[in-house]
Amino acid sequence: MVSHDDVKYVARLARLKLADAELERYAEQLSGILDHINKIAELDLEEVKPTSHVISITNVFRKDAVRPSAPPAAALDNGPEIESGAFRVPPILDTEEQ
Amino acid sequence: MTAGYEAVIGLEIHVELSTESKMFCGCRVEFGGEPNTRTCPVCAAHPGALPVINEKAIDYLARIALSLDCDIPPGSIFHRKNYFYPDLPKGYQITQYDQPFAIEGHLDVSVDEKDIRVGIERVHMEEDTAKNIHAGASGRIAGALYSLIDFNRSGTPLVEIVTKPEIHSPQSARAFLNKLKNLLKYLEVSDCNMEEGSLRCDANVSVRPAGSSKLGVKTELKNMNSFKHLEKGLAREIERQTELLAAGERVVQQTVHFDFTTGEVTPMRSKEFAHDYRYFPEPDLAPMLANRKFVDRIAASMPELPDARAGRYRRDFGLTPYNAEVMTSDRKLSDFFEECVSHFNDPKLVSNWLMGELLGYLNATGGELADCLVKPASLAELLGMIESGKISNAVGKEVFAEMCRSGKEAAAIVEAKGLTQISDTAELEAMIDAVLAENPEQVAQYRAGREKLLGFFVGMVMKKTKGRANPQVVNTLMKEKLS
Amino acid sequence: MTVADLIKLNALEAAERLQNGDFSAIDLVEAYLGQIRRHDPAIFAYLRVSEENARLEAEAIDAAPDRPPLGGLPTAVKDVLVTEGIVTTCASRMLENYRPIYTATCIRQMKRAGMITLGKTNMDEFAMGSSTENSAFGPTHNPWDLDRVPGGSSGGSAAAVAAREALWALGSDTGGSIRQPAAFCGVVGLKPTYGSVSRYGLVAFASSFDQVGPITRTVNDAALMLRHLVGKDPRDSTSIEHPEAIRVPEDRDLAGLRIGVIKELVREGIDAGVMAVFDKTVKKMATAGAEVVESSLPHAGYALPAYYILAPAEASANLARFDGVRYGLRAGGAAGITEMYENTRSLGFGDEVKRRIMLGTYALSSGYYDAYYGQSQKVRTLIVEDFQKAFDSADLLISPTAPTTAFRLGEKTGDPLTMYMSDICTIPVNLAGLPAISIPAGLSEGLPVGLQIIGPAFSENRLLAAARGAELAIGFDAAPPLGEGS
Ligand SMILES: [Mg+2]
Ligand SMILES: [Zn+2]
Repeated sequence: MVSHDDVKYVARLARLKLADAELERYAEQLSGILDHINKIAELDLEEVKPTSHVISITNVFRKDAVRPSAPPAAALDNGPEIESGAFRVPPILDTEEQ
Repeated sequence: MTAGYEAVIGLEIHVELSTESKMFCGCRVEFGGEPNTRTCPVCAAHPGALPVINEKAIDYLARIALSLDCDIPPGSIFHRKNYFYPDLPKGYQITQYDQPFAIEGHLDVSVDEKDIRVGIERVHMEEDTAKNIHAGASGRIAGALYSLIDFNRSGTPLVEIVTKPEIHSPQSARAFLNKLKNLLKYLEVSDCNMEEGSLRCDANVSVRPAGSSKLGVKTELKNMNSFKHLEKGLAREIERQTELLAAGERVVQQTVHFDFTTGEVTPMRSKEFAHDYRYFPEPDLAPMLANRKFVDRIAASMPELPDARAGRYRRDFGLTPYNAEVMTSDRKLSDFFEECVSHFNDPKLVSNWLMGELLGYLNATGGELADCLVKPASLAELLGMIESGKISNAVGKEVFAEMCRSGKEAAAIVEAKGLTQISDTAELEAMIDAVLAENPEQVAQYRAGREKLLGFFVGMVMKKTKGRANPQVVNTLMKEKLS
Repeated sequence: MTVADLIKLNALEAAERLQNGDFSAIDLVEAYLGQIRRHDPAIFAYLRVSEENARLEAEAIDAAPDRPPLGGLPTAVKDVLVTEGIVTTCASRMLENYRPIYTATCIRQMKRAGMITLGKTNMDEFAMGSSTENSAFGPTHNPWDLDRVPGGSSGGSAAAVAAREALWALGSDTGGSIRQPAAFCGVVGLKPTYGSVSRYGLVAFASSFDQVGPITRTVNDAALMLRHLVGKDPRDSTSIEHPEAIRVPEDRDLAGLRIGVIKELVREGIDAGVMAVFDKTVKKMATAGAEVVESSLPHAGYALPAYYILAPAEASANLARFDGVRYGLRAGGAAGITEMYENTRSLGFGDEVKRRIMLGTYALSSGYYDAYYGQSQKVRTLIVEDFQKAFDSADLLISPTAPTTAFRLGEKTGDPLTMYMSDICTIPVNLAGLPAISIPAGLSEGLPVGLQIIGPAFSENRLLAAARGAELAIGFDAAPPLGEGS
């Protein structure tokens, strides 16, 4: 069961703002989906190794070679707000520096 | 600190590697420059772009791990560390988590002539963030009106080194960081410039009653961008915690910020939510298998490390521990020293010259050894001229300074300026006679028993010859003349 | 040749006729642009049609002394592949005006081979969905019945090919997003082995599943396009060189081929009409010489749950870059950065995308990782092993592509889980990273039914050869009722 508070917490982590009605709806839908997903708990997976990649390749590297960067116009072209060649954002008030 | 308490410090060091290109893309690694001129779809996180590991960065990482005597497990993988911050374009940092590249190493550091061993918890690879420029207010984050983001630094290869909580004083922390910095520079993997941020250090600090084996509540101390600030910040934070404990209060687990303008530590606003980074394996990157072959190849390419080299200098060359440490604090200096010794086999003398004259000159001019115009063989030749008596020690130092300035050979300078030592008795006798004739008063005093004046007469002769007179010969002749 | 004749040609035929000089690239492009003008207002397969660009490309091809292998073939591109300078939206408000600064590797390869881009096709937002109803710009309609969905998420591409609004198209498949819409639209859709086609420039949904592939009218066309899609890309660490050059198969029967019917993916949960077509198809394949056996994927029932943890988890990270800082939508008026993020992302993402981000974030969040993400990775291992065992006793495996035919618009939008069930037959394949193809097998109540054929990793040539044999055995020749004259 996914609670209203769970949804609120997750929405905050994912930087999504949800109205109360939406929180309710998501809580209900996620609960339904997770009910189905919980089927996995039936399985005994103790001895099973996890898979994160389906192809078994390792050590994929590139040489340390410089390639041209994007021209400044292209780099900034899509920016919603540009100032002095940089991306401008509202003040960082309420999150802690990582 | 207040008696009865012990500080426990662990350091978290971030080192920007001096590769040509970034960790996961081909943009150039460089400090400064016009903002957003070294970005691409990968490091500015455009949709659809994918990371590819820079092999050189992993090479450097392996060198660091081996130099810290770490275990390198057979495999390591990258994870995504998820959080939102405007300097983190993908919304996650590619880093290593539960399978880091290297674990369980150590670095020995001497503090006040005592050796301490600091354990290394882990060494792992990650990528640097972009740079936030806070506009308005004081340029600080607090009170800024808005921020500007420059992604030039985004994706620079970053190695994180985490020590065990085995450091017990700010001095030791500083000594450790200094030794580590020298080691990293020696390995030529980073320029370790704290002001430019290529070497950064955070500290976990706690205080506990002396003799207790239980760790106290720790704080994370940030923003120490020089050795001095590290030492001062730690001292202040230890003091703060000790005062709290002594007063029967509790230390709160939080991040504290060292303000080097006031020397104060201030707790940062506590988080609304605890960090929940939702680490999971990076699907865009294949696992790294640091198999035996790979590690062996890196090990074979490793230079002799400073500690081993210093040991050899003490053993084989008879250098003092101090001289041996200075001679190995920098790889180029060490190479210079050895090459010079190969031409002039008096290691102690060579090391004294390097410490006194060469480092003195570089210090005074702010130059780098790499750009120094004097080559080891030339210094050896100069020392040979002094040893053979061709020039005096004093002239030698002057000649050396000129060699540094002009890059000319010692012999050429001595020749051009006529600086060869004068040992010819006839020539010197004439000069002594002149000095005695010019100073009849002092001669009378000497003869009346003030024998200390001998030095004065010799000095006058040296002055007349601009230091070229052989002081031993002058001494002997002077005594004869005066008796 | 008349327009009607031109658009009847499949890609292989068109390539040959162009090579012979029977008509020019511009003739073919104009024929398709005409089709788009006629039918797309009702179907809405395209988000943007690049008329001018397509003509310019065709003229350049016609003027060149040598015609490259795909020279002049008009192609529809799913709007999830970035194209430099051409707006790429992923059918999201978030990227409504986003002009990429580079081009996806697979597009570059296709262009080098001479492909002409007709435009970018509609899809479920960020490829999340099974009906193309999650497009921020409106749903695509199924050419067979405009009241029905084309499937998804590559619904625009599949509908465009079915309606002859493109000679062929590019799609992407994370949990069935090429095969399921191909089945719903009566066309061929191939998902290649994971790693064989570069993902560089494919806007990521779930990185360890996503794969680009062809949507075509014939199996041979799929082979022709795949030949130009595969290849190791130094910009994609998970791409590898395909061990075999992709061949256009010869026409032959299915003699000597052992085909396993996956027992967990038939009957239960599959519509009777779909099953009837499937059963008939199996018989036809047997008649064509295939040895039909029963195969089993014991853990197939756990594939959907595992997928709906792993894919949303990856998605929750992949979509974190849409933060309003460097490109795309930014909601104004925020006092601080967090508010800006929240407003932007709430405004820019649609319902389903938010739902999956939430699901993935939840599954990865502190305290839940082991129970959800960790366990699902283990289920993934079991699915991989199930397939390996199944391939011990069968050359290829088959199932229906989807449990139903195309459903009505709006029929499943209220219930996410029911919508997710559309992919029960296709998802296991993505968990194991295998190649699979859907080909039209027949009609059920006038709507197409797809046959899914699955092969071991990198067995594309075997898969295509069998699919071609099945195609011949089935003899599907129905076409959507597109009204007069086209
Ligand atoms: Mg770190
Ligand atoms: Zn870059």
